[in-house]
Amino acid sequence: MYSEKVLDHFRNPRNVGEIKDADGVGEVGNPVCGDMMTFYIKVKDGRLSDVKFKTFGCGAAIAVSSMVSEMAIGKTLEEALQITNEQVARELGGLPPNKLHCSNLGADALHAAIRDYLRKKQEAK
Amino acid sequence: MRILKKRTAISTDPVTLSDRNRLVGSSSTVVANLGHIICRPNIVAHVNFDHAAATPVLPEAYQAMVPYLTEHFGNPQSLHSLGRPAQQALELAREQVAWFINCAPQDVIFTASASESNNLAVKGLALASRGRGRHIVVSAIEHVSVLEPARSLKREGFEITVVGVDRNGVVNPEELARVLRPDTVLVSIQHASNEIGTIQPLEELARVCHEKGIPIHSDGTAAIGRIGVDVAALGVDAYSFSAQSCYGPKGAAVLYLRPKTRIVPLIDGGIQERGRRAGTENVAAIVGMGRAAEITREHLSEWAEHMSLLAKRLTEELPRRIPRLVFTGHPTQRLPGHVSLCVEFVEGEALLLMLDDAGIAAASGSACTARTLKASHVLLAIGLDHAVAQSSLVLTLGKDNTMAEVELLLDKLPPIVERLRAISPLYARFLRGEDPYAVKTGQTGHNEENEG
Repeated sequence: MYSEKVLDHFRNPRNVGEIKDADGVGEVGNPVCGDMMTFYIKVKDGRLSDVKFKTFGCGAAIAVSSMVSEMAIGKTLEEALQITNEQVARELGGLPPNKLHCSNLGADALHAAIRDYLRKKQEAK
Repeated sequence: MRILKKRTAISTDPVTLSDRNRLVGSSSTVVANLGHIICRPNIVAHVNFDHAAATPVLPEAYQAMVPYLTEHFGNPQSLHSLGRPAQQALELAREQVAWFINCAPQDVIFTASASESNNLAVKGLALASRGRGRHIVVSAIEHVSVLEPARSLKREGFEITVVGVDRNGVVNPEELARVLRPDTVLVSIQHASNEIGTIQPLEELARVCHEKGIPIHSDGTAAIGRIGVDVAALGVDAYSFSAQSCYGPKGAAVLYLRPKTRIVPLIDGGIQERGRRAGTENVAAIVGMGRAAEITREHLSEWAEHMSLLAKRLTEELPRRIPRLVFTGHPTQRLPGHVSLCVEFVEGEALLLMLDDAGIAAASGSACTARTLKASHVLLAIGLDHAVAQSSLVLTLGKDNTMAEVELLLDKLPPIVERLRAISPLYARFLRGEDPYAVKTGQTGHNEENEG
């Protein structure tokens, strides 16, 4: 039911982990609804120099998180905010229709981390 | 010992078919008997710990079926001699099934699936008695093929009471007695649960119903092929099961109906099954079911003993190798060879995919594995948290499983759980000493209602 690309990212997820001194942290989903993703970002010169994640969820949720992290690293904050869940699903060679909504929250989690960074920066001023 | 050594030698890779043949020892002869079914090379062969989905077809059942797909293709309802062998085979199968569950052959209705049997029982019995009342009772942990027909009866003006279960998944007979009413026309409570393995006190529940003159139907899909089923001793009025649960083919199933029980057919338009189920019979599948039923009854106690031994090893050893497991269902009143648990902080579908990569087939009640994406109503009914229910793992063993296969799972599962926990934010919370299942304010997401 999953594409080979989804299975590859599920079996060998990229950028798993936490960043201890992260510049921003974003969390979407919750344990009750099934999937939960936490994204950590490091920002250098307006670009995402590092992205890491932890995900509780199905094969699709883990693959989506991995793909988002790969797509985001090196991008400017503006570019990263343009990444959509649909793009992520497309990059993965598609997701089963019933997983499009529930597991495809990776971009949301990334954006939440960026907004967290921007808010902290605002508060520091 | 020799078998164990072989296992160790291949334990780091997926099990290939040839490995499996060596692993399972005597069972490889079963594969050999079906040698004309071509197995593609390099395909990952599976250690089957998901017998609840399907049991392998007994070679004897398969052999018995073949003539009814070839020379004896006739229609059992035909008057001419082409139909006669089919008709005789059908009646032999009816006798075999009747012997299997201890009833008279004429009390056996052949259907195409356990879901059909459950639908026929719930709708057919309720509609036949609608003149007496419009109240039916089902348990909270029934299969959807009982729950959904009950729901659709609401549109016909029926009232449904769902009787709950305790944390072991048992329906309390006293609680059942309390919800029965003068206008109750049907009670449907499963014999055992596919998901948590619990066996209901069915004799007692039947007695409670009969004291008030109410018929009881039981879904025996999970029980059949694991424990002996004697419908007379159980005292049930109707009992469903399918051939694929007891080493028979798909496409054949049974609804037992106590004599003189009135039922409204789901399918009209034919005299088959004495007017209770129209449609030309799936003769070959029914023949296979009959033969499988016969063999299963003969060997059930030795198979059950074997499966229990393997399950015991799993339930004892898994907690030693993996911390934070929650076993579900009744600890003792449960199906032989049925192991159900929740692996905390890890989602069930991810577990199944990784086990699949390791050559092991298993099941889960996690929402993500269900097409509906809803958390298992069974796991919620026994009081589990949504997040814990998400981490469900169900291992249903069969007669052909070996201790070497059990050891394979015991080797493969701990590193898989470790890997997935390393990715899990819930586990990270747990390690930090926080409540892993807390829903933090401001956390976005979705809930069951708007899924799909």
